[in-house]
Amino acid sequence: MDDLLREFITETNESLDVVDVELVKFEQEPNNATILDNIFRLVHTIKGTCGFLGLPRLEGIAHAAETLMGKFREGVPVTPEAVSLILSSIDRIKEIIADLEQAEGEEPQGDDSDLISELERMSTDAGAVNPNAPKAPVVEEPVVEVAAEQTLERPLRPGEVSLDELERAFRETAVEVDDAAEAAAPAPAPAPEPVAEAEPAPVAEAKPAAKPRSSRTERLEAGDQEKSEEKKGPSVSNQSIRVAVDTLEHLMTMVSELVLTRNQLLEIVRRHEDSEFKVPLQRLSNVTAELQEGVMATRMQPIGNAWQKLPRIVRDLSQELEKPIELEMIGAETELDRQVLEMIKDPLTHMVRNSADHGLEMPADRRAAGKPDKGTITLAAYHEGGHIIIEVRDDGKGLDVDKIKAKVIERGLASESEVDKMSDAQIHKYIFAAGFSTAAKVTSVSGRGVGMDVVRNNIELIGGTVDLRSTQGKGTSFIIKIPLTLAIVSTLIVEASGDRFAIPQLSVVELVRVQTNSEHRIERIKDTPVLRLRNKLLPLVHLSQLLGIYEGADAEKAIDDDNGFIVVMQVGSQTFGVVVDGVFHTEEIVVKPMSTMLRNLTMFSGNTILGDGSVIMIIDPNGVASAMASHASSSVAEQLEDENDDQARKALTSNSTISLLLFRAGAPEPKAVPLSLVTRLEEFEVSKIERSNGRDLVQYRGALMPLVYVNAGDQHKIEGTQPMLVFSDSGRSMGLVVDEIVDIVEDNMNIEVGSDRPGVLGSAVIKDRATEILDLGYYLPQAFEDWFMRKEMDIQALTKKILFVDDSSFFRNMLTPVLKAAGYDVTTCSSATAALELLEDGGKYQAVVSDIEMPEMNGFEFCEALRRDPRFRNLPVLALSAMVTPASIERGRQAGFDDYVAKFDRPGLIAALKDVFSGEMGVAA
Amino acid sequence: MTSLDTSVANTSGDTIQYVTVLIGGQLFGLPISQVHDVFVPESVTRVPLSAPEVAGVLNLRGRIVTAINMRRRLHLPPLKEGQMMAVGIEYKQESYGLMIDSVGEVLNLPASSAEPNPSNLDKRWAEISGGVHRLDGRLMVILDVARLLGAMFTEPMAAA
Repeated sequence: MDDLLREFITETNESLDVVDVELVKFEQEPNNATILDNIFRLVHTIKGTCGFLGLPRLEGIAHAAETLMGKFREGVPVTPEAVSLILSSIDRIKEIIADLEQAEGEEPQGDDSDLISELERMSTDAGAVNPNAPKAPVVEEPVVEVAAEQTLERPLRPGEVSLDELERAFRETAVEVDDAAEAAAPAPAPAPEPVAEAEPAPVAEAKPAAKPRSSRTERLEAGDQEKSEEKKGPSVSNQSIRVAVDTLEHLMTMVSELVLTRNQLLEIVRRHEDSEFKVPLQRLSNVTAELQEGVMATRMQPIGNAWQKLPRIVRDLSQELEKPIELEMIGAETELDRQVLEMIKDPLTHMVRNSADHGLEMPADRRAAGKPDKGTITLAAYHEGGHIIIEVRDDGKGLDVDKIKAKVIERGLASESEVDKMSDAQIHKYIFAAGFSTAAKVTSVSGRGVGMDVVRNNIELIGGTVDLRSTQGKGTSFIIKIPLTLAIVSTLIVEASGDRFAIPQLSVVELVRVQTNSEHRIERIKDTPVLRLRNKLLPLVHLSQLLGIYEGADAEKAIDDDNGFIVVMQVGSQTFGVVVDGVFHTEEIVVKPMSTMLRNLTMFSGNTILGDGSVIMIIDPNGVASAMASHASSSVAEQLEDENDDQARKALTSNSTISLLLFRAGAPEPKAVPLSLVTRLEEFEVSKIERSNGRDLVQYRGALMPLVYVNAGDQHKIEGTQPMLVFSDSGRSMGLVVDEIVDIVEDNMNIEVGSDRPGVLGSAVIKDRATEILDLGYYLPQAFEDWFMRKEMDIQALTKKILFVDDSSFFRNMLTPVLKAAGYDVTTCSSATAALELLEDGGKYQAVVSDIEMPEMNGFEFCEALRRDPRFRNLPVLALSAMVTPASIERGRQAGFDDYVAKFDRPGLIAALKDVFSGEMGVAA
Repeated sequence: MTSLDTSVANTSGDTIQYVTVLIGGQLFGLPISQVHDVFVPESVTRVPLSAPEVAGVLNLRGRIVTAINMRRRLHLPPLKEGQMMAVGIEYKQESYGLMIDSVGEVLNLPASSAEPNPSNLDKRWAEISGGVHRLDGRLMVILDVARLLGAMFTEPMAAA
C-alpha cells in the first residue's frame, strides 16, 4: 500500500468520526448552516480524494450522499430518515475503508446500488419538494422557513450540486492553505497553484489539493468541537505535525532508560559525598525530569477522542429504544495518556450504553415521575491529584435495590439475613460481582449490570477504580478513577525475607509501624493475624507468606516478631495489610514487562532496574488482593466492619460454616436445610390450600405449586396459616410443608451419622442439638417427577462415570443425587489425595468434578497434578467452588480446569458436564 | 586439538562451532550462533513462586535477563564452591542466562558426526539434548536451547 493511500485512510477515518458527531448534532439543529457546511465539506473531500485515487465504490457512495446533503443546504427540510440514510452511507464507507486497509489498497468488490439508489431517490424527492418549499404543507412549514432564511442568498438549483457551494466550501478551506502548505502536503496536487478560488472550471482538479488540508483542520477541531461550532470556518493556524505512534513509543522508552541511568548516577554520587559531579548531575537530573515531562505530554490526548463515537451510539440507541436521549459532555479537553485512553474506550462505551438502555426510563415513565421526556446522560472528566476522574451519570430511575437483593440471594452471593443488614450502597456494589448479570436473562430482573464485572476488571487492570452512586428515582452515576499514565509508576520499595520488592504507591493507603507496646499491635483471631486500625479490623498477611518464601510456622513467627511495618493497601473495595520487614524509600520506576517464562506469576506485574543497578520485582496489587481473598478466613470476615468487602464474604461461604434454616415438621426434633437452597419462606392461609388430583396445591405467583410433606402421611394444619419452605428452580416451585420455622443459624455442618432413611442425609450437631439434615434431592422429584429428569437426561450419560471430589460431606450428599438424577454414574471421594489414589489404581472415569477449597491438597493442586500425568491430560475436570471470582476462574483455567462452576449452581454443573461430554464426542466424531 | 582437526578434515560437509560448558562434570555444547555472551552472574534477584529452575532475574548491561540454574534444570546437586558462570542466549526475543559451572573452549565439529541420544539416557536429559558428539576421550551433549527453554513455559502460556 503506498503512502498516499495510507494517509488517505487515516485521514478519512478521522473525518468520518467527525462526520458522525456532526451529523448527530445537525439532526438536533437542522438549521445550523455551519454544521452542515462542515459535514458537506468533509464528505466532499472524501469523494474527491476517492476519485483521485481511483476508488470508484467509495466515490459513488460519497457522491450520492453529498448530493442529498446538497439538498439540505438548499433548504430542504432535514428528516431523521434522511440523516439515518446518510449515517448508514457513512457506515458503508467505513466498512469499505476497513476492507481497503486489510486488502492493502485493493478496493473490495461489492455492490452499493441499493444505498445509492436510496440516496438518489431521497435527493430527487427532496428536489421535487424543494422548489415548492415556500408552499410546503403546513406541517413542514416551520422547519422550511427557518432553513430558508439561512439559504436566502443562494440561488436554488434543484437536481445538482451548485458550483457556488463547492466554491464556498473551498473558500473556507483555502483560509489555511497557506499555513498548511509548509507542512508536508502528502497529496501531489495536479493543479500546482493552491486552490483556484476564482476558477469554477477545474473543480475536479483542485479537489485533491484541498483535501488533506481540510481534513487536517477537522482533526484539530475534533478535540474541541464546541469551539469549532462557534467559529464560522476553520481558521486555526496549523501548528501540528503528524508523528507515528511508534516514534513516540520509542522516544518514551529511551527517556525511561535515561531516567533509569540518571537514577543510577545519583545513587553513585550519593556514596561519594564531595563529588565534583554533583552540580552537573543535578542539572542533568533536572533536564531529564523536564524531558520526561515533555515526552509524556506528547503521549497525552484529550479524553474527547475516546468520546468521539458516543454521540452516534447514543443517537442510534435513542432511535432504537424510542427514548429521547441527550448526551452531555463536560471536560472533553482533559488529557490523559493515550495508552490509558485506549483501554478505557470500551468500558466507557459500555457504560454509556448501559445508562441509555437500562438507566433511563421510557418517556411516559419519565413524565409520570415529573421529569422532562428527554433523558440526559452526562459524561464528565477532570483531574484530581495525579488521577483522572471520569463520571458517567444519568438522570434515570436509579438502581433497583430490591431486585439486586433478590438476585444476590438467588445467586448465593450472600444470605437473606446478610443482605438485610447491608446498606443500599453495599447492595449496589453487587452489580460489579463476577457473572452477576451473565446468568439467564438477568437484565429483566436486575435492571442493570450487563457485564459490569468486565468493566470493573478492565478499569482495575490499568490500576483504576470504579465506584457508583445511585438514588432511586434520581439516577445513577459511575465514577471512574484512573492514573494519568502507566509508563512510569511511583513505588514503595520494601523488604521481605531479605529480598526487595516494589509496591505501586497507587494502592498503598498508609504505612503503620508495628510495635509490641504501641497501640498498633498485631492481634490474632484463631490463627489469623489482624490489626486494629481506627476501629476497623484489618486482615494481615506477611509478604513472605504471600510469596511463598517461607510457609507455615515460619510465617507465623515472622509476624510475631513485631518489628515490621504494615503496608495498608486498598484494591477495589478490599482493604488489607501486608506485613513487611522493612521499608526503604519511594522510587519512580519504569515498569518493564517480565519474561514470558515468569508471566504466569500473578503476584508480580513486572520488574525493573533500580538506581543501584539491581533488578526488582514489582508487586501486582490485584494479584495480592485475590491471594488475600483466598487467605481470608471467616473469623476476620465476620469482624470486618469494612462494609463493602464482598470478597471476604465469599470466603465465608467457602468455609465450613454455612447458614442453615432450622424447622420442625412431623416430629419434635429439629430438622435443617441449607438456607441457600431455600428460595423463600411463605405462610399460606389454610383455606388457600386446594386439593386436586389427589395432592395438595396452592396457587402461588400465578401457578400451581405442589405441596410436599416431610413424612408421607403428614397433614397440613386444619386452621390458621401454614408455614412452608418454597424451593424454586428454573421456573418451578415446590412447597415443603413444615410445622414451625425455628431459626436461622450459622454453623458447621458435619454430618456425623449417616442415614438410610430416604429424605434424610444424616444427623449433625447444630446449636448443640442433634438435627436431621434433609435431602432435598429426595423431595424435589415428589413435586415434579421429572424435576431432575428435565435436565435432558440421555442414555449416553448413563454410561458416563464421574468422580466427584469434595471434602464436605454435605456437598457430597447434596450433589451426588443431582448428578445421579442427571444420569451419571457417580463415585465420591472426600479428598484430592484419595481421588488421585483411586485414579492411580486404574479407576476409569470420564470426568472429574472437584471442589477447590480442600485441606491438604486443594482443587488447583489436584488439577495440576492430574494434568502432569499424561494419562489424565485430556480428562475433563470441572471445578466446583463457592468462590467464583474472575481471579479464581483464571487460576482455575491455568491449573487446567475445563470449566468453573459455582457450588450452588446445580443447573450450571449439569450443563457444564453436558458441554464437556458433547465437546468430547465432537472430537471423537 | 590435532585429533579433532583431523576428524574435521576426514568428514566433508558443514561444521558447527560449539561453545562448550561444564555442568556437574559433564561437557555440553551450545551452537556458537546462539551464544550472545558469557558473564559472571552477579546480584541475582530471586523470583518467588517461580519454577525451581529459575535462579532469578539480573541486570545485564541494562537488560533484564532471566537466569536459569542449569544444575537444577538437570537435577544435579548445587555447586558446592566457586562462582557459577552464565551463558547469555536469546530465545523468542527475550534474554536468558544459563548458569553453568564453567565455560570451556570453542570446538569445530562436523554436523554429520553427531549421534542421536542413547536410548537409555535419563529422560530429563534426553528432553533437552539434541544429540551427542564423541570427542577424544569424552562425550559432548548438544544443548537444544529451544527445547530447554520451551519446556519451561507453563502450559497455558505455551498454548497462547
